[in-house]
Amino acid sequence: MNIIIIGCGKVGRVLAKQLNEENHDLVIIDNQEDKLQEFSEEIDALCITGNGTSVSTLNEAGIATADALIAVTGSDELNLLCCVVAKKVSECQTIARVRNPVYSEEIDFIQERLGISMIVNPEYLTAREITRLLQFPSALQIDAFSKGRAELVKFRLLPEFNLDGVKISELSSRYTQSVLICAVERDNGVIIPNGNFVLKNDDLISIAAAPVAARKFFHQLGLSTRPVKNALLIGGGKISYYLAQELLKNKIDVRILEKDKARCEELAELLPDASIVNGDSSDQKLLFQCGFQTAEAIVALTNIDEENVFLGLSAKEHSHSKQIVKINLLAFDRIISKLDVGSVVYPKFITADYIMQHIRASQNIAGNQVKTFVHILENRAEALEFSIKEDSKVAGISLKDLKIKKDLLICCINRKGNIIIPKGQDTIEAGDTVVVVSTHKGLQDIEDILERQV
Amino acid sequence: MNYSIIRYVTGHTMLLEGVLMLPSCLVSILYGESSAAIALALSATLCAVLGVLLKPRKLKNSTFFAKEGYVTVALCWMVISIMGSLPFLFSGAITNPIDAVFEAVSGFTTTGASILNDVEALPKGILFWRSFTHWIGGMGVLVFLLTLLPMTGGSHMNLMKAESPGPSVSRLAPKVQTTAKILYKIYIWMTVVQIILLLLGKMPLFDAMTLSFGTAGTGGFGILNDSIGSYSTYHQVVITIFMILFGINFNAFYFILLKQIKEALAMEEVKAYLMVIAAAVLAITVNIAHLYDNVLVALQQSAFQVASIITTTGYSTTDFNTWPEISRTILVMLMFIGACAGSTGGGMKVSRFLIWFKTVTKEIRLYLHPKTVKQIKMDGKTIAPEVIRSTNVYLVVYVIIFAASVLLIAVDNFDSTTNFTAVAATLNNIGPGLNQVGPMSNFSCFSNFSTVILTIDMLAGRLELFPLLLLFSKDTWKKF
Repeated sequence: MNIIIIGCGKVGRVLAKQLNEENHDLVIIDNQEDKLQEFSEEIDALCITGNGTSVSTLNEAGIATADALIAVTGSDELNLLCCVVAKKVSECQTIARVRNPVYSEEIDFIQERLGISMIVNPEYLTAREITRLLQFPSALQIDAFSKGRAELVKFRLLPEFNLDGVKISELSSRYTQSVLICAVERDNGVIIPNGNFVLKNDDLISIAAAPVAARKFFHQLGLSTRPVKNALLIGGGKISYYLAQELLKNKIDVRILEKDKARCEELAELLPDASIVNGDSSDQKLLFQCGFQTAEAIVALTNIDEENVFLGLSAKEHSHSKQIVKINLLAFDRIISKLDVGSVVYPKFITADYIMQHIRASQNIAGNQVKTFVHILENRAEALEFSIKEDSKVAGISLKDLKIKKDLLICCINRKGNIIIPKGQDTIEAGDTVVVVSTHKGLQDIEDILERQV
Repeated sequence: MNYSIIRYVTGHTMLLEGVLMLPSCLVSILYGESSAAIALALSATLCAVLGVLLKPRKLKNSTFFAKEGYVTVALCWMVISIMGSLPFLFSGAITNPIDAVFEAVSGFTTTGASILNDVEALPKGILFWRSFTHWIGGMGVLVFLLTLLPMTGGSHMNLMKAESPGPSVSRLAPKVQTTAKILYKIYIWMTVVQIILLLLGKMPLFDAMTLSFGTAGTGGFGILNDSIGSYSTYHQVVITIFMILFGINFNAFYFILLKQIKEALAMEEVKAYLMVIAAAVLAITVNIAHLYDNVLVALQQSAFQVASIITTTGYSTTDFNTWPEISRTILVMLMFIGACAGSTGGGMKVSRFLIWFKTVTKEIRLYLHPKTVKQIKMDGKTIAPEVIRSTNVYLVVYVIIFAASVLLIAVDNFDSTTNFTAVAATLNNIGPGLNQVGPMSNFSCFSNFSTVILTIDMLAGRLELFPLLLLFSKDTWKKF
């Protein structure tokens, strides 16, 4: 596909790299030449300096033949305007990032009336992700599929589970609940395991299951499965606002600690049910007063990544809470994943995944659509959900007879709302949706999971 | 430095060179030249075997930065030159290895300077290979490789930047690979059209092909001792036109393909290039008119020589060494200007001269109004300060290398015009110079030492100085 990306910031770069890997033709527009210059060293894309709202710049970028335009500059208005202008001169899909809460209330109106294909709100997406984690605090990461009917849940294998040295095939005799281990992270690598794989303590394990099943499994492991009752949010930015809204809706008590007095007043206005505290998070006494030691969840959402990491580490030290740390910029994601800071959320990856999902789905309208797409395990593997059409090559054949690629696993099948954790004799049927986990990147059709026939 | 990817690209380049030797081998077989055919087949096999041995079986690390790009390009060019000299040596066409490398470098860098006294005595297969090296080197070996090798990220651009001539590289398509394919498509089609036009003038197929390769790459190896002199006027006119065309920035052809004729005509560099040609042709015609029977012949002769020199091809139809001094001087000037950036030609490039001209204008303005803020623009777009800086540094390095080369080859005790134009003709990838190295003579008179210096000059000129200099910098090879 021909894709134009406007804005060469964090999300723009992540998107460009992923799209580049998937062999799309990219044009990147930004008004800062030096930024583009620097980025063009690492990516195979046409870079144009200019304003993305100008028709002549868009023409230079080939808007007439473009399939999609993604506007991810720093300004909501600019992003919207880019899409509106693009829509006037082209038939392409338009995707805009809009983060201002004022607009988010009217998002449907804007999307429909301005004719924009999709609007992404990174802060809201991040808040939604954190909410999911807080409802199931024992998990490090949760990705939902089939409208939440299936989940991919990640956790760390702790010594108290007594699973060190146990083969995956032996698990079913130990636990009654049927879950499938679909990916294991060990020593900076990702393994898609088979039945003979031997587990080790400290592995990061992702399982696929229906939400209820996953909770039962956790229960059998001896982990808590109930949602948190209260949460301390450190930093009062947009994510905090959306998160507080979601949490309050779910009857979770929220306390927000924010440095800026004016912002505190604003938050107090917007969130009458939350308790807002004005103060600096580096003030330990104040932290303790806010219930740093007693909170069931501590979410570090300040603008400074390093501060968030340290807050996570010190929360581990001082409390038995669930810690969630937001990382905006830091590029050391492998190092961070080794630190015991709890769950880490990366708004830039969440946003990029969300957009990628849309791009892949729109690319394949005739075929077996990609419904959901997430990068798991820090971008080293991906999980995709496909819907299966009538004439699909994989339909009606039992799984053990399908020639499936290595390092690829079919994790679950959703048949009319029932989640099936597949075994060898199960089949995929037309009308199902199927979740696949793989270290192969760029799968676009369910038939891509098959070994290429020679 | 990521050595494994350098080996990967270099290995593939050698493999590619082996494959590219096969057409010449076929020509040898067709003409029944058994020894030349064996020499070419042997060289091709050697290239392929060494290439396969060199390239790592599995690419562990595919990081590829600008540094790797420059080093790879410089190394590849040295390797292909050495391997490209093997057919000359094996067939016995050239016995001195230094001379053979000179001939191969002259071919790949599209210089067209020769150390051979009697070209006509060579086997056809070897002649074909000589001209074919021009064609390969014209658009760039690595650019060709780019169309075949699957590589990711910015690696393509880093290779292309290092190999393509001109102050900056522009993409025709979002992907470098697509860009390279478009360029090669234009290149191949234009070559084919030229071959057909030459055939229509009843030129033998072998001559039409070799001469078109020489024109397309702006190389200049002839297959007759008097270059193009003995071909008909029609052939000379066709070659003149195609030399000028291959000296034009290929972006212009792409615009024409997209039916954006206006954009193609609006390119400042192309306009300047055509204007310089027109002015030079006019001046020389007036100057040499009395030497020829009528003005038309003088015009045709001057146009051929001007086109040949400014595009850095180096064909000749007459001995311009005997022309009046003013015409000779104009031709020497044209040597330095060279063709457009993004063409197959050499020299300093018209676009660099445009940038320098505009920089000087801006500087003069600054003397008058010290606080003036002015951007240097080309085709309506501001040129980045880094591009201007590197263009200026290019000039400095160029002058230093030029002066050093003239000094070094002076040990052979030729007159200074010979030395000066010999360096000018090699560093600008033209071919013939004046006096001892004039169009009707060749470079065989130089000692081995000078031949080596001129070989390095040709490579430096083709790769636009820096990639080659980088190889000699200690920092390039440091681990940290």
